[in-house]
Amino acid sequence: MFRNNRLIGLIIGSCLDLAPILGVVLIFQLAVIRQPIPNVADLIIGSLFVVLGLTFFMLGLEQSLFPVGESMANAFARKGSVFWLLLFAFCLGFGTTIAEPALIAVTAKAADIAGGAHLITDNEAAKTAYALGLRLTVAASVGVAIVIGVLRILMGWPLHYFIIAGYLAVTAMTPFAPAEIIGIAYDSGGVTTSTITVPLVTALGIGLANSIKGRNPITDGFGLIAFASLTPMIFVMAFGMMA
Amino acid sequence: MIGWLHQFLDALLETGRDVLPIAAIIIGFQLLVIRKPLVHPGKTLLGFFNVLIGITFFLDGLKIALFPLGELMATQLTAPAFLNIPDSTAAIDWRNYGWVYLFGACIGFATTLAEPSLLAVAIKAEEISGKAISAWGLRLAVSLGVAFGIALGTFRIVTGTELYYYIVVGYIVVVVQTLFAPKLIIGLAYDSGGVTTSTVTVPLVTALGLGLASTVPGRNPLLDGFGLVAFASLFPIITVLGYAQLAEWLGRKRNSNHT
Repeated sequence: MFRNNRLIGLIIGSCLDLAPILGVVLIFQLAVIRQPIPNVADLIIGSLFVVLGLTFFMLGLEQSLFPVGESMANAFARKGSVFWLLLFAFCLGFGTTIAEPALIAVTAKAADIAGGAHLITDNEAAKTAYALGLRLTVAASVGVAIVIGVLRILMGWPLHYFIIAGYLAVTAMTPFAPAEIIGIAYDSGGVTTSTITVPLVTALGIGLANSIKGRNPITDGFGLIAFASLTPMIFVMAFGMMA
Repeated sequence: MIGWLHQFLDALLETGRDVLPIAAIIIGFQLLVIRKPLVHPGKTLLGFFNVLIGITFFLDGLKIALFPLGELMATQLTAPAFLNIPDSTAAIDWRNYGWVYLFGACIGFATTLAEPSLLAVAIKAEEISGKAISAWGLRLAVSLGVAFGIALGTFRIVTGTELYYYIVVGYIVVVVQTLFAPKLIIGLAYDSGGVTTSTVTVPLVTALGLGLASTVPGRNPLLDGFGLVAFASLFPIITVLGYAQLAEWLGRKRNSNHT
């Protein structure tokens, strides 16, 4: 009985989450653009899919991603090996980013731009190599970000020093980076953190902060995602300056 | 029907490719380094499966229903005929693009509310703060930040001003706010910048940016079309810090009234 109530609650929550998007789209389409909605059937089926998808995602989140992230954090804390923890952190950051579809799309576009601007030779082989290099760069930068973030939680260093230093690096590098890469570099910070990475990394950070004495989960547990969206900007600009 | 099924399988494959390396890393470390079996292997596997199915349905639904419509609207709203711009060579007046800013703000707000990553972080934040930070309050603050960011980002594309200046000013605001904001919120606020832009927001916002940059005279879609995602990840930091400052200030005011 309890299980059913929870499921219904999740479904209602998903409907509430979707409602604003539908509202905006319908109001603009009907009142501002004043066109009929094309493919009403598709809209209804798609919306049902979205609600179903959100519900399953929420269910799975609490069954797997959150507990796994936290239990691994606990296990590493008990094991007490900083090396393995940091290696895990790097693998998690690198592995989740390298396969990220949004990143693949962005790097392909970036290669087109670089080819068009004659930063690289304008042919397929050069573009593919450029896109792959960029992808590896971003994935490595996210790996490094998670490593620094985990190290910060272990040591209890204040987060904002790192963020301010990162901002300074971005600000200082921008004037020297090729103009074509800047927009992509800034945007790449936002696209790296996928829907699966975020819950896992958040649970890892909070789990670590929970299991280490003297750390407060709310002040120390967050911040991993912030690093993961900051370092790609720096790495991508560096990549653009070297390529 | 076959078309949907095909699309669904494609989406499942794409999500699977996204999940696979993560599963491999977790299982590898669990078996080789931690050397303990998972506590609830069945439940965990079921949960992973649910996540996989959930993301697939979610993305597929968006692809069927919302992305085509959103992209269509982005091109319609940025079309010179709709905006009553008589001549494409006439000087650009940013005031002509009012509907674009409003649409950008609304769609940014609405898509962020439905963003699964933000949902995950908001749930965790509410849980560990003992409800001091409400999931809804956080989500609203982040969504408002994205709304403002997208509106400002479209304004930037229309006026053709440098992305760099906006970002630097945004950074300065964040740094100043950090000095005064309650320490409790800082990590969460920084994190909320990164979680806003994933599956839902990026495709719609990119379509809006590229559409706008290709219709506004003198803009290059490749150079000016980017940057909206950067705005959408910067401004939530400012609004979340602001939300915490406001909550603290109101709380202090209430306390001083009582005593």
